[in-house]
Amino acid sequence: MSVPGSAPESAPESAPGSAPGSENVLEVRDLSVSYRTPRGRVRALRNVNLDIPRGKVVGIVGESGCGKSTLLGAIIGLLDANAEVESGSIVFDGRDLLSLPDKDMRALRGDRVSMIFQDPMTTLNPVLSIGTQMTDIQYRSKAGAADKRKRSAAMLERVGIPDAANRLANFPHQFSGGMRQRIAIAMALQSEPDLLIADEPTTALDATLEVQILHRLRELQRDLRCSILFISHHLGVIAELCDEVSVMYAGEVVEQGSVRDIFHNAQHPYARKLLDCDPARIAEKTANLPTIAGDIPDLVALPEGCIFQARCEQAMARCANEVPARHRVGPGHSAACHLLAEATVDA
Amino acid sequence: MPDLLQVEDLQVRFRVKSGLAALTARGATHIDAVCGVSFALEEAKTFALVGESGSGKTTLALAVAGLVEAQAGSIRFEGKELRGLSDAAFKPYRRHIAMMFQDPVGSLSPRLSIRSLITEPFKIHGLTDRDLDAEARRLLAMVGLPTDFTGRYPHQLSGGQARRVGVARALALDPKLIIADEPTAGLDVSVQGEVLNLLARLQGELGVSILIITHNLSVVRHTTHRMAIMYLGRFVEQGPTDEIFAQPRHPYTLALLSANPKPDPDAILDAVELTGEVPSLLERPQGCEFHPRCPFVQAHCRTAAPAWTQQGAEHWLTCHFPVEEQRLVG
Repeated sequence: MSVPGSAPESAPESAPGSAPGSENVLEVRDLSVSYRTPRGRVRALRNVNLDIPRGKVVGIVGESGCGKSTLLGAIIGLLDANAEVESGSIVFDGRDLLSLPDKDMRALRGDRVSMIFQDPMTTLNPVLSIGTQMTDIQYRSKAGAADKRKRSAAMLERVGIPDAANRLANFPHQFSGGMRQRIAIAMALQSEPDLLIADEPTTALDATLEVQILHRLRELQRDLRCSILFISHHLGVIAELCDEVSVMYAGEVVEQGSVRDIFHNAQHPYARKLLDCDPARIAEKTANLPTIAGDIPDLVALPEGCIFQARCEQAMARCANEVPARHRVGPGHSAACHLLAEATVDA
Repeated sequence: MPDLLQVEDLQVRFRVKSGLAALTARGATHIDAVCGVSFALEEAKTFALVGESGSGKTTLALAVAGLVEAQAGSIRFEGKELRGLSDAAFKPYRRHIAMMFQDPVGSLSPRLSIRSLITEPFKIHGLTDRDLDAEARRLLAMVGLPTDFTGRYPHQLSGGQARRVGVARALALDPKLIIADEPTAGLDVSVQGEVLNLLARLQGELGVSILIITHNLSVVRHTTHRMAIMYLGRFVEQGPTDEIFAQPRHPYTLALLSANPKPDPDAILDAVELTGEVPSLLERPQGCEFHPRCPFVQAHCRTAAPAWTQQGAEHWLTCHFPVEEQRLVG
């Protein structure tokens, strides 16, 4: 971990429900992360809980500043130097990643947990051929160079790069944007990871390529039976690809559930507002698009009570001084809002 | 409404090999980034350019703004020809054509205060007799930012606020045309709405025309009057936005519109999937340039390039077998 001193002393064995055979490949429990800045502590994540079931695609939706990147950084152990894990655990395969020695974390990263980044133009090294890069990342394997190249070509074939064996000699600039992102996917999946983290992998692409990549990703995910943690602010993409969705706002998970729970039966006012703002959901043509008034709260000086109250149209007196608990809405569906307090029992 | 901007048969060509390499080269020495594009933009209307990365949208916009040289064709602004003007001769028109660049924060110099940033256009155009503080406050108020923002710097702004500063700066000289290159890219949906509503409001108040480039088809549907779809530097279809969304005629338009994932997990994505890769501009396909990827391709398409033909009052396309007829045949 980048900040080992602050990692909690939780014994990995004692973490609940996280045995190697468990149904979740990753369990984030009560995770709080802050950044030390001259202005004070920026409380970027607060008590985040997230399960990634084996073989499922879990989406995270939220706007800038909601803590998506911090959460990813915490999971793959690449938080900025000024970040501090205040509490919580991230259990992967029975081990708490937060207390894992750097050496072990490095062994996991790029092997059992891999990642696809936003920009396909900058993930690949421009001065090395694709073949070299794909061979280099197999450094853990004892296979010979020819085998590694063969394996690379096979993987490129799987992501739909035509004439893969010959194109290994090509450099990144000789591929189109869509192909480069597919190459990045091939590289990330080459090690057959248990968990693939995809951080807005299609934002740089246009609609036809986006759909191609999504379908390809879905196919590979089923074949390899890996789990995907998928970050996007394109709601359409989330709806198309994900099985489960967590909605984050200003460092908290405000609602989580199955993709249908979230898109058809969102309970948290922020989740509903966010969905309403998507012009793709508005059937009638309008020149006046809905927005969410106000700004996200200052994460250095957090407001009392509910994090969304200042922008919430349904805020009540208790929202101003009482942090809402997570309420169960249905199986696997929960939201942190006082509006649900009367209707349901606490999760 | 009269046309503010008329673009006819515009051609922008970039050299990819020069000198000896050009003389000895096999294959193309140029790419046609924009290739025979024609359209008109009415006053107080919004025109959208849609197409994949590399299809020439930004190059076309830059050519209209006089920031890239066009080799052939014409760009008439209020009836006057802009193509081929020297920088000095173009300068008076620059006041009327404002540009909003892609990256909201990156397009603002980090060392200048907001006041300097939004009053810079006045200085460039020698309008220093004005009260620049008052102008700065007027512009900030216009885009809905607090007037005490004048002393701030770009890094102190959120993405949406930086975008608003970009709009304020574009509005400074009271332009007739705003070219907005991906004005909402990288913005959250809630903020995206704010920026688009702001542009729509200003269009209503000031009668400004907008040329907008965007990937986001939902934004196009809600906020634009006309649209053109670009592929390999050419328009493949152009017409009223409502009409194109209701009945896309070109197979590429159909694929593009049907590929937009709906924010509904139960929506069946009935995408017309395209096969193959986007061809290189250095090796344009024979015949119809879309034929290698077209799901409805016929023998004729492989050899003969379709002309830019008018279909209906305000609708143009380049296709031998527009989608409607296609469906009947198939």
